[in-house]
Amino acid sequence: MKLRVYAIAYLIFLYAPIVLLPLFAFNDGTVIAFPLQGFSTQWFSELATTTALHTAVKNSLIIASLTAIFSTILGVCAARAGAMAHFPGKRGILGFVMLPLVLPEIIVAVSLLIVLRQILGLDLSNWSIIAAHVLICTPFSIAILNGAFQNIDPSLEEAALDLGESRWSAFRLVILPLVTPGIISSLLISFTISLDEFIIAFFLTGSNPTMPVYIWGLLRFPASIPVVMALGTILVALSILLLTLAEIARRRGLARTGTKDTGGFL
Amino acid sequence: MTAKPLITLKGVNKYYGDYHALRDIDLTINEGEFFSLLGPSGCGKTTLLRTIAGFEEVSSGVLMISDTDMSGVPANQRPTNMVFQSYAIFPHLSVAENVGFGLRKSAMSKAEKATAVEDALQMVGLAGYGARAAHALSGGQRQRVALARALILKPKVLLLDEPLSALDRKMREQMQVELIKLQRDVGITFILVTHDQEEALVMSDRIAVMFEGEIGQLGDPEDLYRRPNSKRVADFIGLMNFLPARVADDVSEEVAAKPAKPLGLIDRLKQPFAPVSGPKALPEYKLGVEVQVPGLGRAIVPTSQVPKGLRQAECIVGIRPETLSLLFAGEKTDKQTVDATIDEVVYYGDMTYYDVRIEGIAEPIRLAMKNLIGRPVLEVGVTTKVIWDERSLVVLAPE
Ligand SMILES: Nc1ncnc2c1ncn2[C@@H]1O[C@H](COP(=O)(O)OP(=O)(O)O)[C@@H](O)[C@H]1O
Ligand SMILES: [Mg+2]
Repeated sequence: MKLRVYAIAYLIFLYAPIVLLPLFAFNDGTVIAFPLQGFSTQWFSELATTTALHTAVKNSLIIASLTAIFSTILGVCAARAGAMAHFPGKRGILGFVMLPLVLPEIIVAVSLLIVLRQILGLDLSNWSIIAAHVLICTPFSIAILNGAFQNIDPSLEEAALDLGESRWSAFRLVILPLVTPGIISSLLISFTISLDEFIIAFFLTGSNPTMPVYIWGLLRFPASIPVVMALGTILVALSILLLTLAEIARRRGLARTGTKDTGGFL
Repeated sequence: MTAKPLITLKGVNKYYGDYHALRDIDLTINEGEFFSLLGPSGCGKTTLLRTIAGFEEVSSGVLMISDTDMSGVPANQRPTNMVFQSYAIFPHLSVAENVGFGLRKSAMSKAEKATAVEDALQMVGLAGYGARAAHALSGGQRQRVALARALILKPKVLLLDEPLSALDRKMREQMQVELIKLQRDVGITFILVTHDQEEALVMSDRIAVMFEGEIGQLGDPEDLYRRPNSKRVADFIGLMNFLPARVADDVSEEVAAKPAKPLGLIDRLKQPFAPVSGPKALPEYKLGVEVQVPGLGRAIVPTSQVPKGLRQAECIVGIRPETLSLLFAGEKTDKQTVDATIDEVVYYGDMTYYDVRIEGIAEPIRLAMKNLIGRPVLEVGVTTKVIWDERSLVVLAPE
């Protein structure tokens, strides 16, 4: 009983702020305060007409997509090596690969800024953000894909070889279909992480801000706070949708291979 | 059928880093043979099988299949197919897609492939299972799918890595019989890896017993069971009593000719007339090597069954439990007997195992008696006689 009260209190603590987002996004008033003024969709229509926002969103989508692709490719390589190859120092190397998972983003951001500007003398652009996002997303991809690869019996690939397939087609015909749910899951999660990442993007943004950076800019104008709320609502909905898809993909993968469920993100 | 060599290994060695997994393997496996690699876990059976399949390169030595040197030939180009220990059924494919996997590259038409798949499924007793999802099959069914998938390519050699070890006892015994029949039907060489000596004896034409990366003995099941060449082989295959003994010298000993049975009166009348003292029977000689077994006595063992050069030396004598017997009340024997006390009785229904103590032998000796009608099960502490036969002694060099 006590535990249940505790759990409910925790859920309120966790989700109340998020519930506030749509509440004020549909509120007919510029001030964020109770009581609510009435239902309105004007903040959403305002979103639709703000061109600066559109560029920021487009920027973010490009960055998030490329980040998702790169970090998933790197994740596939690392997870495959971890599950199937044997080489000296494997544990140590794989441990280091996972380190960015616990590295504070601000440190990644500052050090990348120094490396790019001071040492390499490059101009900041979307590419610098993508590089940094790949850095922080890859450990997540590896963690997800490790699960996918480790569920696979190593003799499956050998069986395909034994039946006459080349190494590449053994991978394509047997391993790839079995890890596809993991790949989808990895793509969606790194996409989500990159899409709403702020600190690194703020440090490394070039001339075009990403969406979180743009939103941060809006906050200086109290009048535009309801617009931010509307945008936030859309983002939350999108995130939930993507994470749900990722989880469905993961579970479908498990069902398909008949393996037991051993946790996951949702 | 004359044995035609199919696989030849000459001086094959395999190292994993410093670990010497296969040591100087010389082996010839013939066409159409059911061959087993038998040995305790970790002795290198799987390594040898994977070397033949092409998943491991030999470190030194030559591996030939059909007179072709296999060095540098990858697994996907060797005329071998494998049934993996885990079966390695592709979980995302149906049964038919699994079985037909190896036909992807073949020039057959779609319909021909479908027929081939159905035939293969029929062969392993899974006709009509094609549309099922592979991951929903039972252990025995997965194994059949793995067999069908490998055999559909008509390999020269089918390699099986402990294919029955994951099955329960009943299923295992059933599959043993089915595998033997299947091998006879398809006529393909089977190489079976197993750590189960009974399985190897039941199924194989020939067996190589492996220990620590080398072949301890190679022979047919009867060779291995009746004439093991070392204590470790004898110990690994079946049960055997080991007694310390001594090999003396070659002997050639005159055996007292058995007196002829006196003829009855009628028979004597039927005989043609002959002088009363007929030609004397020639004396029989027993050639062999004298072995002294403390507790049992002296035996003469055929020279061929005593390790070469082992004379006037300590040895070990092995005796299978079923070659010894107890002398039950009312039974007679003209064989050698020795006094014994029953130390332990294990009743198996059809058989009873007795551990008996014999004076002069430190360890109890195990013997197995069939529970024939009228034969009592003796109790612990009873004194009786053990009948032994010198022909059943296996003389082994000391370890
Ligand atoms: N890939 C490998 N790397 C290192 N050692 C191995 C490898 N494969 C097998 N071994 C070692 O070789 C020995 C023989 O293994 P294996 O052939 O699998 O034995 P078995 O099948 O007879 O149980 C074992 O001691 C095992 O640890
Ligand atoms: Mg093995």
